[in-house]
Amino acid sequence: MDPAPPDIVPPRRRFLARLSIALSAAIAAVATVPVVGFLISPLIRKGPRVWRPVGAVDGFGVGETVSVTFEDASPLPWAGVTARSAAWLRRDDPGHFTAFSVHCTHLGCPVRWVADAQLFLCPCHGGVYYPDGSRAAGPPPKPLPQYPVRVRNGQVEILTSPIPIV
Amino acid sequence: MLRRILEWLDDRSGLLTWTRHALAHPVPPRTGWWYVFGSATLIAFILQVATGIALSTAYVPSSGQAYESLRFISEQALLGRFLRGMHYFGASAMVLLIGIHVSRTYLMAAYKFPRELNWLTGAVLLLLTLALAFTGQLLRWDQTAVWSVIVGAAQAGRMPVLGPDLARFILAGDTIGGATLSRFFAFHVFFIPALVFLFIGLHLLLVLRHGISERPRKGEHVDPATYRARYAALLEREGVPFWPDAAWRDVVFGAAMVAAVVLLAIVVGPPQLGKPPDPSILEAYPRPDWYFLWYFALLALAPQNLETFIIVLGPLVFGAVLLLLPLLNKGSRSVRERPLAGLLVVFIWTTIVIFWMAGERADWSPDFTARPLPAAVVRGTGPAVVEGAQLFHEKGCEFCHAIEGFGGKRGPELTEVGARMAPDAIAARITNGGPNMPAYARTLTPRQVETLVAFLSTRK
Repeated sequence: MDPAPPDIVPPRRRFLARLSIALSAAIAAVATVPVVGFLISPLIRKGPRVWRPVGAVDGFGVGETVSVTFEDASPLPWAGVTARSAAWLRRDDPGHFTAFSVHCTHLGCPVRWVADAQLFLCPCHGGVYYPDGSRAAGPPPKPLPQYPVRVRNGQVEILTSPIPIV
Repeated sequence: MLRRILEWLDDRSGLLTWTRHALAHPVPPRTGWWYVFGSATLIAFILQVATGIALSTAYVPSSGQAYESLRFISEQALLGRFLRGMHYFGASAMVLLIGIHVSRTYLMAAYKFPRELNWLTGAVLLLLTLALAFTGQLLRWDQTAVWSVIVGAAQAGRMPVLGPDLARFILAGDTIGGATLSRFFAFHVFFIPALVFLFIGLHLLLVLRHGISERPRKGEHVDPATYRARYAALLEREGVPFWPDAAWRDVVFGAAMVAAVVLLAIVVGPPQLGKPPDPSILEAYPRPDWYFLWYFALLALAPQNLETFIIVLGPLVFGAVLLLLPLLNKGSRSVRERPLAGLLVVFIWTTIVIFWMAGERADWSPDFTARPLPAAVVRGTGPAVVEGAQLFHEKGCEFCHAIEGFGGKRGPELTEVGARMAPDAIAARITNGGPNMPAYARTLTPRQVETLVAFLSTRK
């Protein structure tokens, strides 16, 4: 005698099993895809860049390096003070300005301009830069990046830029 | 009456029977105090959930308002300061305890057959705990938090190919802004805790399924063919009910831990709120909380050419080792027969403590607060020496070089530089700089270099 009954799944049951698995997967996809899309939206939508005035040309002394503050390109209404950015601005000669990023190229900490020593110093890991932004000492792998800067109608304007990621 | 209600509940749900069964399940004898750290981590997590929910009722997860709401919680809300302190020290306890728990299970090789999945779910919990610690530090949305996000993004940015996208993902855009904080809030209070609950559930189910590992003994080897029978026989022979024979230690240790957290929350209090989260305030001194301070130090002290490898490969190798370790699931469990494992744990903890202490001192940071050298230190013997000492302060030399305790420790101490370097050599070093020192040729006039050399030459 051959006791084992034939182990055959009826077509109807197989169909229903596959249907329920497929529909469950569809439900999971509907719940997941928009969530993931929402989370990675900063990668897909690049922000605009705009010129922001940071002060009248005559407010800056020739040869001086000062920090200037400006607003991000399109701040959200609830951003508050986090919408601000800063740059180190130098009036090289009467008609020419240079704007340096405040972010150390090592890990992004805020560098400080020390006028007497004519150096940018980083408080985190001791990175040091010369006045032209080139590396003088410490761990920074690259020179300080510069922001585009221009003069319009007697105002110095800086082009808002992403935080430099080295 | 109460008994009848309980009986009805148990009949319909089965929960009481299941709980009794779980509490009374036999465990190996003489497990001792080494086994309390996992349950203590769980108790710390429960504290975090309770205090975190309370804090979230007043915290406003908005980049523009979180700071004000934190000030309200800390200064005005009833028990607000205490709850913040509990949440901070509870987090510290959780990080520390899970570290000890992982070390203990590794030292006793509790990850070997059949408990490989206990280890893997625990490894995920370790990573999730570190993620909670990082995101939680940022929710204290002050200046340091803002710069921590930027530093985190800069580190992620070192990753090849994916780096820039990862950095944008962390910042939630081009820069810090309105979108940054609410995302971190959602991760800290929804995504990551949900995963933690899931994995704690799995971890505990696995502990019940395989039983608590017995104390390893020298000469006893794990063989998948025989281990289960041996473990069953051990429980049959000498097993004791988990509760209360073993669990009393968990409860006593857990209560002591909670008492310590409460005491620290009252006596020390939560970390001070720093300056407002304004990225344009450049007078900043960003530091991570203590549990990441060793990593901060590692990044300061690592050789420059290795740094990107450490930032990128370090976490990947760490994760891979955690996940692959259970492949070594046979053989001896006793640390006396696994001396390398013991050395590795000692090495890792020593490294962390050494780098942590270095991070506390942060000698590599320029000392921006250095004050001018007092006359008693200068001991001026002429106008050039006095003027040189003044320049030493003004030109920033003192940020990095100390003289008799005044000044930073970034560069070599110069208290006795006159004895070890000739005036010419000092002048050359100042003018040309060194491997880790700026060249001052364009900043100082020859006369200023002369006075500096005159001053430094008297340092003997």
